[in-house]
Amino acid sequence: MTAGPLISGSQKTPPLSLKPTNHLAMESTSELPVSLIPQHGGWLRYLSFSLDHKVVGIQYLVTGFLFYLIGGVLAGMIRTELATPISDYLSREVYNEVLTMHGTIMIFLWIVPVVNGAFGNYLIPFYVGARDMAFPRLNAVAFWMIPPAGLLLIASFFIGGASQSGWTAYPPLSLRTPALGQLIWIFSVLLLGGSSILGGINFIVTILKLRRPGLKMMQLPMYCWAMLGTSILVVLSTPVLAGTLVMLAFDIVAHTGFFNPAIGGNAVVYQHLFWFYSHPAVYIMVLPAFGLVSEILPVHSRKPLFGYTTMVYSILAIVFLGLIVWAHHMFTSGTPPWMRLFFTIATSFIAVPTGIKFFNWLATLWGGKIALNSAMLFACAFIVNFVLGGITGVALAQVPFDIHVHDTYFVVAHFHYIVYGGTVFIIFSSIYHWYPKLTGRMLNEPLGMLHFVLTFVGFNLCFGPQHWLGMNGMPRRVSEYDPQFTLMNQISSVGALLMALSTLPFLINVFHSAWRGRVAGNNPWRALTPEWLTSSPPPVENWNGPAPHVEHPYGYGLVETTP
Amino acid sequence: MTSLSSPSSSTAPAIESAPELHPSSDHHPSGDHEEHHGDFRMFGLVLFLVGDGMTFAGLFAAYLTFRAVNPLPSGGVYDLELLLPTINTALLVISSFTFHRAARQLRLGEGFGCRLWLLITAALGAAFLASQMLEYFKLPFGLTANLFASTFYVLTGFHGLHVTLGVMMILIVWWQARAGGSINRESHFGLEAAELYWHFVDGIWVVLFGIIYLL
Repeated sequence: MTAGPLISGSQKTPPLSLKPTNHLAMESTSELPVSLIPQHGGWLRYLSFSLDHKVVGIQYLVTGFLFYLIGGVLAGMIRTELATPISDYLSREVYNEVLTMHGTIMIFLWIVPVVNGAFGNYLIPFYVGARDMAFPRLNAVAFWMIPPAGLLLIASFFIGGASQSGWTAYPPLSLRTPALGQLIWIFSVLLLGGSSILGGINFIVTILKLRRPGLKMMQLPMYCWAMLGTSILVVLSTPVLAGTLVMLAFDIVAHTGFFNPAIGGNAVVYQHLFWFYSHPAVYIMVLPAFGLVSEILPVHSRKPLFGYTTMVYSILAIVFLGLIVWAHHMFTSGTPPWMRLFFTIATSFIAVPTGIKFFNWLATLWGGKIALNSAMLFACAFIVNFVLGGITGVALAQVPFDIHVHDTYFVVAHFHYIVYGGTVFIIFSSIYHWYPKLTGRMLNEPLGMLHFVLTFVGFNLCFGPQHWLGMNGMPRRVSEYDPQFTLMNQISSVGALLMALSTLPFLINVFHSAWRGRVAGNNPWRALTPEWLTSSPPPVENWNGPAPHVEHPYGYGLVETTP
Repeated sequence: MTSLSSPSSSTAPAIESAPELHPSSDHHPSGDHEEHHGDFRMFGLVLFLVGDGMTFAGLFAAYLTFRAVNPLPSGGVYDLELLLPTINTALLVISSFTFHRAARQLRLGEGFGCRLWLLITAALGAAFLASQMLEYFKLPFGLTANLFASTFYVLTGFHGLHVTLGVMMILIVWWQARAGGSINRESHFGLEAAELYWHFVDGIWVVLFGIIYLL
């Protein structure tokens, strides 16, 4: 028995005949190719306070990518400075500003908004069988808090200097660096945190309450579970950061002494509160990537996702454990031995659910009919990179080793293997996977391969040597280093250059394919998840007709698929 | 095996059928879909209050840690006068009951009674704020005197901000509950949301009172 084609199989082209109904947009976009006018309204709606979750998702994606480019330029400045052992290219203060802004922009304006906001907003309503998010206006508000916060943050470079205390803003350092930049940083992060909380509330309500009738929780695509777990972390931990930053602002403005040991305060309390958010923040950045890779691997290996149930419980276990391991960032902060023991054990436990997910992904690939296209290459490279980042993570959880490499480049390498080698690789994989759905056109494969090779080689060349640098004692966040580290730093800088170059084929690809790409059709990957069971790009109401009931989102080999 | 169910109507070419199936989308090009599903605003508010509660939890945790590990300089005192805060606690607890009473009056269709009880609640909230200000003026220490003083002012001030917003919400609800207003017997989400928020602020105060004044 087979399921009938879900959408007309004869329909080879995107719905080009839909006329924009917004007269303003129609006038301004009549010159643009039809594929960029997916439904009602033209490209202007991407600059508007749109309530359509697909528009909001693309707004998040494009905004995030622009900030990625800015953060990437800052990273290039860091690697240029570190190509020589002496501080020659940037002054020390500017170097501090650059590294602080690099971290803040990449985390709060690129990875968190894109991996949550962009793909979450675009995909979750499809996955639950809804026409939109639970609170469309709240959704638009949450997005529109991001551009002002980002512009404010970047503007601080030009009004008295940006924050210099790193993305962690540890006091008392953050109390000694120039106050204006630090305050702008705090205000900007508060805005971004607020945006994140509003988005998280929206995702929880949408996933729990907006499922189409008959769709059970255990039938949801894995990304829904990942976003549910992520959103729980966002709602529980981000407010704590907000309260902490307000106290830090009081210390700076009103000269209270919360975190200032010189007048009786306690800087370690800041660290506890900061990491109560910022350790879950790592999972806020990584769990959605786990979800996305669980969508991509089954499609391109034509096999059901292995171990769905264990995947779900692994996510829930990671959410729970992620909330109680924060002090492993603070083993050198005078943490008492019992606390070190507890946090070491709890942190090591996270390797269990994470390991379960990894073996499930490998088992998904095992014996599959693997199509090694760009999306799949990035997804498989994610597995490689993330295993390396995960192993160094388990090593860092052990107190003796952590004390040895604390605040060295080993931590920088570990972190980038998680968030770049892990999450950013998945963001690129997802762009290759869902670009046909977003635009109705395929991305160019050879350019995608070039992008992948440059990114993968550049990334490992850039961050691989930093493990060695850290083990041998090169401290992070300093613009000068001992000459013995020169060679490895120069290799790392060459890797960074390759990563910068890798952006070019990607950008060329994205723009070229939007106009000239091969027309994708509704379901170029013959996927089963609900976003493919509609036209590309989808209509405003997501499906013309009732939402499909997908009981087996990973039923490859069980259910017939239509291109 | 049939694993995917789909309505046969969707097998028809989707392009032509779209305008007839969803004429409303012509009027809402940005996609206004709220009418298609139930009202989950209260659930969203609960989640928001969970988050807001976590902000307080973080501040409480900081306060308790400071108290446990950071001794005050000589001359610093933890002791606060108890009379005004106790009166404040009573004011807020009573105001929770009066708000509840207002909501019940509305459900009974007693518009006037509802508005009266709302005004009483707002007055109790305002009295709380006035009393809190009085306490601030009477206290012998300022914001930057020591760690305890700073934490005290930030915690009670943050809570006072919540009460101020709550009083404003109650007054807005009071205005909306007038005859012919947007809040009535049939449609009263605004009132229920403000009530839940008010109970939350009340509950936070009880915890705060216990931790700061009694502990």
